[in-house]
Amino acid sequence: MSVTLSAMPTTSDGSGPAIAVRGLTKTFGEIQAVRGVDFEVALREVFGFLGPNGAGKTTTINMLCTLAKPTSGSASVAGHDIVTERDDVRRNIGLVFQDPTLDGYLTAAQNLRLHAELYGVQSSLVAPRMRQVLEMVGLWGRKDTPVATFSGGMRRRLEIARGLMHSPRVLFLDEPTIGLDPQTRRSIWTYIRELKEREEITIFMTTHYMDEAEWCDRIAIMDHGLIVALDSPETLKAQVGTDRITIRTSDDDAAIAAIAARFGIEARIAEGAITFGVPGGEQFVPRLFAELGIPIEAVSVSRPTLDDVFMSYTGTTIRDAEEDQSKHRNRVMMQMMTGGRR
Amino acid sequence: MTGTAERSVSTAVPGAPAAELVRVHVPKRTVSSELRAIRIVWRRELIRYMSDRLRIVTTLVQPLLFLFVLGSGLQRLSSAGTHGVSLKTFIYPGILCISVMMTAMFSAASIVWDREFGFLREMMVAPVRRSSIVIGKCLGGASVAGLQGVIVIALAPLVGVPYNVVLIGGIFLLQLLLAFAITAFGVMIAVRIKQMQSFMGVMQMVVMPMFFISGALFPAAGLPVWLTILNRLDPLTYAVDPMRKLVFSHLTISPLASKALNPGVTWFGWHVPALLEAAVIVLLGLGMLAIAIWEFSATE
Repeated sequence: MSVTLSAMPTTSDGSGPAIAVRGLTKTFGEIQAVRGVDFEVALREVFGFLGPNGAGKTTTINMLCTLAKPTSGSASVAGHDIVTERDDVRRNIGLVFQDPTLDGYLTAAQNLRLHAELYGVQSSLVAPRMRQVLEMVGLWGRKDTPVATFSGGMRRRLEIARGLMHSPRVLFLDEPTIGLDPQTRRSIWTYIRELKEREEITIFMTTHYMDEAEWCDRIAIMDHGLIVALDSPETLKAQVGTDRITIRTSDDDAAIAAIAARFGIEARIAEGAITFGVPGGEQFVPRLFAELGIPIEAVSVSRPTLDDVFMSYTGTTIRDAEEDQSKHRNRVMMQMMTGGRR
Repeated sequence: MTGTAERSVSTAVPGAPAAELVRVHVPKRTVSSELRAIRIVWRRELIRYMSDRLRIVTTLVQPLLFLFVLGSGLQRLSSAGTHGVSLKTFIYPGILCISVMMTAMFSAASIVWDREFGFLREMMVAPVRRSSIVIGKCLGGASVAGLQGVIVIALAPLVGVPYNVVLIGGIFLLQLLLAFAITAFGVMIAVRIKQMQSFMGVMQMVVMPMFFISGALFPAAGLPVWLTILNRLDPLTYAVDPMRKLVFSHLTISPLASKALNPGVTWFGWHVPALLEAAVIVLLGLGMLAIAIWEFSATE
């Protein structure tokens, strides 16, 4: 398994995936946090890991970042094996953690300078690069302010800037917008998209916000340590199969009968309107008008949301899953605290 | 505040052409990149120390209290036993040591602090050796403690210790060695501890006994056997004693006073020379540094 991986061309050739994962698992004591995942992330892709808290997203990201050793399986990041070439992986990745990791005593510039020195960034490039990343996140004007005075959103932006200081090939973002207000969340996403335009970078991120997953090129839905679905948000939603069509007519009963007779679709009344599901809703609407034979007063087509996708794969909504998982997580933590000898 | 900063994004680099992109390349790990890492970790400790004036003052309070309040107060009881030498002069080397020790331990505590506030992670994932981080921390802590020591050294004439190049230079070097050894000791402990409160508890449990047993406040001769044994096992003893020897060699006092107050440390009746005592401190420091590096590298 690892043979095929090491034989894979590295990203420096501009070919080969940015991340390749084979049968990765991680076990804490009795508990399997990650139960064998396989996936590849293409170069310059924005790849999202979606799932409730405790689904194994952070454990997976930690393994890919070389912060945790896999129990079994293998993975390569930027063409380097995460176990045998740990240093090479680290040189090529940027990290933005879920929890803040800035030094509040230092100014924004000092934090970035420290990062650049730790990563061995060429001295003459430190200043221009610092300016570039700080301008990108709109903090250039605050560079000499101690980080302790920054708001949550500013800190997160600074962490993103810091993660970019050494021009990583792959940027890992673990819940980059968690705990931020909607406006700041939106602006963080603007930076991430802008980043993709400007830098040659692959972005791997985790989130448990459904609406944010829409921003990704592809997403993997993770549940109970397994990937249950992986594709572009559009395809995943299409796989749910049906768009939701809502119509108003002068004679609802006749319309429902007509829909059943002509299209073989079972429609029902919901909130005072006829509602039914159909694949390719937009293409269906002209046929509906042409063939129904009953005047239609209003029509609306709505796409399935990622919530529907999540529901169809896991049989539960992400919010319900969160509650289940939090119990599970408490168990894992108890296990780690009582079982760990360190 | 956030709102205005965000709006400035698009205007900050208006349509910057891709060619202007500053692309950085992270080189493979080399000796010089490790040295850079050590230097920046060291500098961070100094920046933090300098920006925290309150800490500079608060860590001075205790030593000054010992020196001037305890020193002046107990003088009234002990004047017969000090043969005309001021008690303040006598305890000065010990007070310098405790001051250095406290600062060094606080510096080491920053590892626990960094872990609690997440910053440790930033250093742990960098493509540098863990040993570079530990060495940088120890050098940083030693420098900070050394600087704090300089403040106490500056007070020397107030307690009858003359400014003399050899004396001050010698004391300065000795306290630097101590600062390094204690920081290494603190880091060794801090690596294993996850919470600040626990570290503070351990610190109280370790620092005060070491201070009292070391002979910082009394001559290390003619003690009960149990105390003599503890005294010889206490690393701080080997920092206080050579400093005291140095101070007393620059005082004009009677041989009797010198014999009573500066008996020197003995191992089974053999007088341990000052250089060997300094060597003990250095070796202990290096040993604890090695353990700290080993422990730190083993953490995931």
